Amino acid sequence: MSKAQSTEPENLQAEEFSDEENTQYLTFELAGEDYGVDILRVQEIRGWDVVTRIPNAPPYVKGVLNLRGAIVPIFDLRERFNLPFHEYTKDTVVIVLRINSHTGMRIMGVIVDAVSDVLNANSEKLANAPDFGGRVATEFIAGLVSAGDKMVMLLDVDKLLSQDQGDSELAVAS
Amino acid sequence: MTIDMAQFHQVFFDESFEGLDVMESGLLEMDPGNADPEQINSIFRAAHSIKGGSGTFGFTNIADFTHVMETLLDEMRDGRRQVTAEAVNVLLASVDVLREMLTATSEDAEVDPERVKVQKADLDRLLAGNSAAEEVAESDSDEVEPAASGQAGWHIVFHPHSHMMRTGNDPLRLLRELKNLGELTVKVDIEALPPLSELEPEDSYLSWDMNLMGDVSKDQIDDIFDWVEDDCDLSIEPLSPESTAPAVVTEDVSEPEQEAETVAVPAPAERRATGADRRAADRRESAKKSAPSGGASSIRVDISKIDALINMVGELVITQSMLSMMGEEFDVGQIERLREGLAQLERHTREMQESVMQIRMLPISFTFSRFPRLVHDLSTKMGKKIELKMTGEATEVDKTVIEKIGDPLVHLVRNSLDHGIELPEDRIAAGKPELGTVELNASHRGGNIIIEIKDDGKGLNKEVLLNKAIEKGVVSHDAVLSDQQIYELIFGAGFSTAETVSDVSGRGVGMDVVRRNINELGGSIEIQSEVGVGSSFVIRLPLTLAILDGQTVSIGSEMYIVPLVSIIESIQIKEDMVSMLAGKGETFKLREEYLPIVRLHEVLGVEDAKAKEINEGLLVVVEGEGRRCGLFVDDLLGQQQVVIKSLEANYRKMEGLSGATILGDGSVALILDIPGLIRMAGKDPADYDNNVRKTA
Repeated sequence: MSKAQSTEPENLQAEEFSDEENTQYLTFELAGEDYGVDILRVQEIRGWDVVTRIPNAPPYVKGVLNLRGAIVPIFDLRERFNLPFHEYTKDTVVIVLRINSHTGMRIMGVIVDAVSDVLNANSEKLANAPDFGGRVATEFIAGLVSAGDKMVMLLDVDKLLSQDQGDSELAVAS
Repeated sequence: MTIDMAQFHQVFFDESFEGLDVMESGLLEMDPGNADPEQINSIFRAAHSIKGGSGTFGFTNIADFTHVMETLLDEMRDGRRQVTAEAVNVLLASVDVLREMLTATSEDAEVDPERVKVQKADLDRLLAGNSAAEEVAESDSDEVEPAASGQAGWHIVFHPHSHMMRTGNDPLRLLRELKNLGELTVKVDIEALPPLSELEPEDSYLSWDMNLMGDVSKDQIDDIFDWVEDDCDLSIEPLSPESTAPAVVTEDVSEPEQEAETVAVPAPAERRATGADRRAADRRESAKKSAPSGGASSIRVDISKIDALINMVGELVITQSMLSMMGEEFDVGQIERLREGLAQLERHTREMQESVMQIRMLPISFTFSRFPRLVHDLSTKMGKKIELKMTGEATEVDKTVIEKIGDPLVHLVRNSLDHGIELPEDRIAAGKPELGTVELNASHRGGNIIIEIKDDGKGLNKEVLLNKAIEKGVVSHDAVLSDQQIYELIFGAGFSTAETVSDVSGRGVGMDVVRRNINELGGSIEIQSEVGVGSSFVIRLPLTLAILDGQTVSIGSEMYIVPLVSIIESIQIKEDMVSMLAGKGETFKLREEYLPIVRLHEVLGVEDAKAKEINEGLLVVVEGEGRRCGLFVDDLLGQQQVVIKSLEANYRKMEGLSGATILGDGSVALILDIPGLIRMAGKDPADYDNNVRKTA
């Protein structure tokens, strides 16, 4: 009994102050839905700029960009997730992400409608993404978390590019 | 304060591998029996620093192992020990083991302790004065056949002292071992045998008179009697038909013994060398398989190159400050000086670019240095007599080229040794010198590096190649191919003309990889060959991989870079020059040659191309992998040097593109991969390797 009493305050403290269980996510909008990525993976956020098209690449690969000397591919996340295409506006931004792949760290940019907020979420409170069948690209979603009255889908950024590497092209398409 | 020793590990490994290279090349050049003391010294020094370094970093197993080698080398250095072919071979094998140990340690992997132990035992035995011959003789005894010539043999008189058996030695065992070496005829002398009543069972009374026939070295016999030499009278004389008065070498005299070994029986020494070599080669093979390449790489730069660079930066800073001063209070009258300053800036920038590129350049001897060993090992293994001639080792090449050209070159040299050079008897029969020659030449020629591998072997047989290709269905029966096209066939995957598959080559994998690797470096390979005279493989590589001379072409609103080296010419043609092939492929006639037309806007999927009709645009005639075609583009824009950036670094390899570059305005332009484009042009767009549109 005394043991339980002594552990409880510690737990409370951990929830409030520990960084280990709270992860910060950068949230953004995509066709009215809210998504989030681990903020530590975000290298920078920049406005939409003209890119150089890569011939014969999938349509969601908009092209490559010169990012201070590095050639960085830019993906359109709407098209990646089979959401309706939207003309790029002044709010359209490119989030530059750092990705871990089997060949090391890579850099890629994703086009999103707008950046919204930074969200603190306890990684233990993540809910698994429900399986919608083959229609929605749930394979990129690491989990769901609720922020106020909204539901935010947290993305597994490493899968965004890695799915593009092998032959197993887009289960989404089928 | 604690220092993280791990930060120095890479330097230690780099230096150690360099040291190993020094040791290896030194050992290969060493002339047994007559070694240059300076050479032994340099080998010794290399071993010494590896030992010192490994001790400092706590790699005790490496330090211990190197210590034994060092001791051996030290004795050779002081002249206390003769440099024998055997010692050199054991040392070479030890260098291999040491290299494995270092590789394993640098990758935090485990090295096979058994192998290290065996090699160390070899060294210890050599050090103890025993030669490794006994061990080799045991393991290779089935290979030691009686010499057919009948010339090699030994007459051995063995008379044990009466107390010999009390020292724990059994004469019978010695005789058995002798018998293992070859054909042994034994005569027993029982004269000293006393009557049974007086016989002391622990004394030996017998003596033997033996003839040992076979390809046996005196060393091997000495080894057998090694333990009993003080307890017996022993005489070993060579049985040689032509020498009427053979030099009697008794065991008591140790000095002339060495000479007798090298003078009288050179053949067995070579034989042992083969055994040791083979083991060494096997070990290296397995080492290669187990050790993946990789890891952080560093580069050692000549200090003079750095100094030149620093000078250049100084000049650049001066020019920059001059220009900025001018900018502060500029008036139109200074326009001439501004122009001058800008010209100076441009010159300095270009010079600096060149010196920075120089830093990446290394002499090709880094790659060439492995070949003497390879040729030495393989030629003994295959029973061929081959001399390797190398020229132009000082030719400087980009570091990436050095790293990537190694394997293709090894493959080509192995091919030359295996398929090219004939066996000595065949060569004599063909009226050629017994000694085959393989030449490795490197040179600069007009912005390219040329590496040539040339042998004076049997050459490529065009008919055999063509028949093989027809048999395999690679070409049709009635195809008419040029010589070059026939030679190109050997680069096809799975194409081998060797009658038997050896462990050296003949499996037909490899030549396609050779060509692919060379193409990846932006180079090409050409074959010249004449039956009975020899073949030569000429590899042409760009000087640097970081910068490329490009021609910018426009297609619609897009711009692409065509490598200038692949462009033959650019022409405008009229519609009536185009003819259709089988209803779909467009070709045009250029000076008696029909070339396919590749419409780039179709292959690359450009939607807003301006030129749709053939007379509206331009044809850029390009060549890649020996094939030519005309690329149809809207316009040519300009030529410029571009810095090559990888697409793969952050994305993936795309078919038809070799990379990207950043133009003056900061935008990205893609560089076309000509051989890839030619391949793509022959396919349906849906079959492009990287095409995913069909699924998405």
